[in-house]
Parts: sequence; structure tokens; C-alpha cells
Amino acid sequence: MMAGADRIVTGFCVALRAAGLSVPTGSVVSFAEALGWVGLDDENAVYWAGRATLVRRPEDAAVFDRVFASYWRHHPVVASPATPEPLPLTVALDEDGADSGDAPPADGTDGEVIAVRYSAVEVLRRRDLAKLNPAEWAEARRLISTLRVSSEVRPSRRRRASRGHGRGHPDLRGTVRRNLRRGGVPIERAWKVRVMRPRRVVFLLDVSGSMEPYARALARFAHAAVGSRRIGQVEAFAFGTRLTRITKQLARRDPDAALGAAAESVEDWSGGTRIGSVLQEFNDRWGVRGMARGAIVVICSDGWDRGDPEVVGAEMARISRVAHRVVWVNPLKSSPGYAPLARGMAAALPYVDRFVEGHAVESLEQLADVISGREPVS
Amino acid sequence: MAASTSSLTVEDVAAALAGQGYLADEGLATSIFLAVVLHRPLLLEGDAGVGKTEVAKVLSAWTGGELLRLQCYEGIDVSQAVYEWDYARQLLHLRAAEAGGASASEDDVYSERFLVRRPLLRAIDHAAPVPPVLLIDEVDRSDDEFEAFLLEFLSEYAVTVPELGTFKAMEPPLVIITSNRTRDVHDALKRRCLYHWVEHPGFEREVAIVRLRAPEAIPRLARQVAGAVEALREMHLYKPPGVAESIDWAASLAALGCSEIDERTMDLTLGTVLKYQEDQQRVRAAGVGDLVRAALRRGGD
Repeated sequence: MMAGADRIVTGFCVALRAAGLSVPTGSVVSFAEALGWVGLDDENAVYWAGRATLVRRPEDAAVFDRVFASYWRHHPVVASPATPEPLPLTVALDEDGADSGDAPPADGTDGEVIAVRYSAVEVLRRRDLAKLNPAEWAEARRLISTLRVSSEVRPSRRRRASRGHGRGHPDLRGTVRRNLRRGGVPIERAWKVRVMRPRRVVFLLDVSGSMEPYARALARFAHAAVGSRRIGQVEAFAFGTRLTRITKQLARRDPDAALGAAAESVEDWSGGTRIGSVLQEFNDRWGVRGMARGAIVVICSDGWDRGDPEVVGAEMARISRVAHRVVWVNPLKSSPGYAPLARGMAAALPYVDRFVEGHAVESLEQLADVISGREPVS
Repeated sequence: MAASTSSLTVEDVAAALAGQGYLADEGLATSIFLAVVLHRPLLLEGDAGVGKTEVAKVLSAWTGGELLRLQCYEGIDVSQAVYEWDYARQLLHLRAAEAGGASASEDDVYSERFLVRRPLLRAIDHAAPVPPVLLIDEVDRSDDEFEAFLLEFLSEYAVTVPELGTFKAMEPPLVIITSNRTRDVHDALKRRCLYHWVEHPGFEREVAIVRLRAPEAIPRLARQVAGAVEALREMHLYKPPGVAESIDWAASLAALGCSEIDERTMDLTLGTVLKYQEDQQRVRAAGVGDLVRAALRRGGD
């Protein structure tokens, strides 16, 4: 490689990082190696060598193009991507995040206080999430974080040795192994059983208007699920008028930071809802292509849709054809005399396997049971 | 393939692929070139039907290396991907040895004779002068454990069979990994690979591909098919047609003796391009006539 080229390469990678691309050192080395092969004279060759070695997601291509264009004209100044404006929601979450301040006053002398506190929790569990004050909300989200979420299992292709004799399928490999010393007479037979694996769970959360507090709770629920070991892969999306994937953000360890990041990436908290087109986007880009296949799909929305209900029906049909189970969480279901009158809701219902409430901590506990297949709630 | 890779250029790669009936754009040709000279796996992502799998096939035809294909699916494991013992033969061997009065030793039974080689093992334990082309197809369908195993495999190009020892590649295979992006492949695996997002081809390239792969279609028909497919991709269908569909369509129309697209033939052959009933309905509702006119307009110039 020609002299000085390494400086150009490193400078370019630094510019890419400044623009928000993740560029590990290994990729920088590959890029330098690649340039050694294609040379630096041809701009196109340099461009494609960079694309092949430094970009790993199609979404990053636009950033790469921008940095490439400015850097290769010897203006290694890169505008940082527009910083997402902090949304009111994040602020609200973080402000009351000082849990210590919310703890009940500990005049801690006798057991009576504990009893009172316990029943307070009981009341809180049934309280509508939208009607909680900040202190109650802090307690509610602590309760949600402690939920044990597991998902229904499916048989995997894998098998493991069975302990009990005669259970499962004959295990030829194990049988040969065990009977070698007897000259291969299969006296002692080995058996295998199918390994059961938890199913994938996909959350689609409506964050528009009145659904916001429930969406926040459900997002926390999803976060608790991500941390659970007895669940398959967890995927989460937020939607209003558009669909935003928030899986990556939810995978963070700190729930508040995770939700903050998720909120930043969602562009339309509290906008309107276009359930039909959102479901269509989900199906086209992720769901039907594989993510929803054999999965448990949890949709949380009140079903108020500004779009065409026919589209909602058609897209729900597509989901139900690939998913293992479709669960619809509608916080309004808990109100007395509720009937699914919202047109979007009515169109979706025929394709929903479980229609549950989700308005309080208690109903989220039920939701956990539904996802795990423990309790058939309808 | 060129005798040594040191004199190879991106243009050579593009020309060689074209010689095998695959028209790659500059980006893809560069990625393939780098995969060859840097000995790195190439991860190809893109919509279904843009010709990702085909890359491995033409590479194998070009280099002369054997094509080893590993189709991934949920729950794929070592016994399907790497190796397995031939249990039935092992048992027979033991019984035969016993009948002959000798006793079979363990080493005897766990020898290479009884090893069933699956694609990954064959890819590194080869005796051919040219390293094979290993196609790991639809890696997004496999699960995390398998991906972790692949990562290890792709950094060492070695496989350990407990009873036999370690197999290591003298010369690593050329590895093409494809993904439909139904889920994100793990970052560590991506870092190990070169990456290229395969796009649908532009109009002229598509015409060239159709003419190359469906030579029975006359040039005018090829242009009209490319034009119609381009219009279909704009229609927000569940499954926009890929290059494979364009080729099939042109071939079907040619087989029906058409030299031009018209409403009747398009209606009859819509099933070769659109594989969802809802998509066909949508196109028919929007009017097949419009589509024909778009195709004729685009194909005319």
C-alpha cells in the first residue's frame, strides 16, 4: 500500500464514526487491505471497497455515502446527524426516575406499615395505568419489571439424550457408543427426546394519543421479557402513523435508558394511528418474511384507526396465517360495557386468538400467562 | 480462474461472471473480487429473487471449485451441517467382526470410513486443487447457537471431531453467505464477513439479464418484460417480482410464442411473476391494460 494511505484510511474511518457509524478496528484493517488491492486512484473502486468492508447494514449506506462524498473532496468535515429532539415522554420518565424519592415514607417502627404497603400494592395492581400519579407509576413499573415472562415452547429439530429408558426416539449414536464393549450387540439401548425451545415473541405497540401510558407499561413489559431466559427472541416495534423497530433499544440493560432511546427513535409518539398501513409495513419488511413465523405476536392498541379497516383485516389475516398465536391487548376492554366498535378493532378481531385487557399491572400478569400458554384467557 | 489472484482485477471478475451468465454491477463485482483476494466470506443480503444464491453457483462454475450448499433452517445442528457417524454401518461392522471371531476396537468403528461428511466438513477437508465454493444459504433462518458456531468455523476453518481429531483447511473455501434479512445476523458474524446489499437491477441491466438467461425471448419482448416488472415493483405488492421472476416470465411468454406483451397473454401468465393471489388481484383491479401500456412505453425506446 502506498505511503500515507493509512492516514487517509484512518481519517475516513474516524469521520464515519463521527457521523454515527459503528466502525470496529477489524473493519478498518479490512478496508486498508481492500484498498491495497483496488488502489486509491479510482474513486468508484475506493467507494465499493468501503461499502464492502465498512458498511454492514443497508440503513448505514446513506451515512456512508454522505461521509464519502465530503471526505473524498478533501473536506473531512462531517455534519453530525440531526440530533433527535428529546421527547416529552423521555423527560417525564427520567425526571421521576429517582426511585428513592418515591418510596413510601419509612417511619419504619412496626409491622403495620408493611401491611398497609402490601395492600397498597394490591390496589395498585388493579389500578388503571393511565390514572397513576408519578409515584404510583414508579411502583407499577417496578412491579412490571419483576414479572416473569416466559413464552410457549415449540419442538426444535435438536434432540438430547433421554434419562428415562424407553422415552422418545431410539438414539443410534448413543446405542453404538454404549455397546461397543459388547461387540456391538445393542443390549443397552439409548434414547433421545426432542428439545423444546421457547417461541419468539413480537410486540407491536401503539404509542398514539391515549394509548401512550399503556404503551409505556407494555414496553417495560417487553423489556422484562428481553431479560428473561425462558423466552425466545423478543422483537418490539412502536407504531403510530409509522412503524419503528425498537428491539435494539430494548435490549439495553437499564430500562429507563432503553425506553428513552426507544422514545427517541419513535417519531410519532402521540400522533394518529394508521394500523392497516403499519401492519402492512410490518408484514412486508419483517413479519411474513420470517419474524412472525411460528411466533407469538402481541399487538397492543385500542383499535382506533384513521385508515381503511379493510386493510387492517387483510393484514391481520396475513399475520394470523404465519404466526403461532396472535394476542391483541386492548386496555379499553376493561371498561364496563365495552364492545369492539372501533372499526379497525372489529376488522382485526376475527384473526385474533386471544383478546385481553392490558390496562393494569394485574392484567399484564395475565398477559404473561397467555404468552407462556399457561392460562387460556379469552 | 486466473492462475494466481495477484493479477486479478475487478473487471476480470465482472467479465468472468458475465461469461457464466451472471451480470454483476460494479459494487457486487468489487465485493466478490475482495472476497477472493482477501479470503474473506461474503455476506449477501437483499430481497428474495435478486440473485444472491446464483452468485455462489456462477462462482463455482468460474473457479471450477465444487459447490457445497448448506441450506439453513431453524434448529439446524452439527449433525446436519458438519458431520455424522454412519450408525447402521458401524453396527453392521461390529456384528461382522464378531461373527468372524475378531473383536472390533473402538478406533476401528470411529474411523473415517464411517464418517458422513456434511457441507461444512467437506468444505475444509477437500483434496481438490481448487478450493470449493461454500454456499451458506439463508443464514437468517438458523438460530443463534448455529450462528455462533459459524463464527467459530469461519475464523478457524477447522472442525474437531472428538473421536478423530481436528480437520483444518489447507486452503480455505470461498464462502458466500446469503440472508433475506428476516432478522439481523449477529454483528460479530457480520464483522467477520464482507458485506453487500444486493439491489434489484436497473432497467437496462435487467434487459441484459433477461436476454442472457432467456435467449428464446426476442429483444423487444425482453425490454417489455423488464418494463412491466419495473412497473410492478412500484406497485407496493406483498412480494415484488425479482430477477428470477423476470426471467421466468420472459421464458414463459416466449414458450407461448409471443413476440409482444398484450392484455390477454399478460393476464394468462401473471402467475409466473406474482406468487400471491392478493397481488394478482391488486394488479387486475388496477387494470392489466395500464401495465401493458407501461411495458410497451418503456420497452419501446
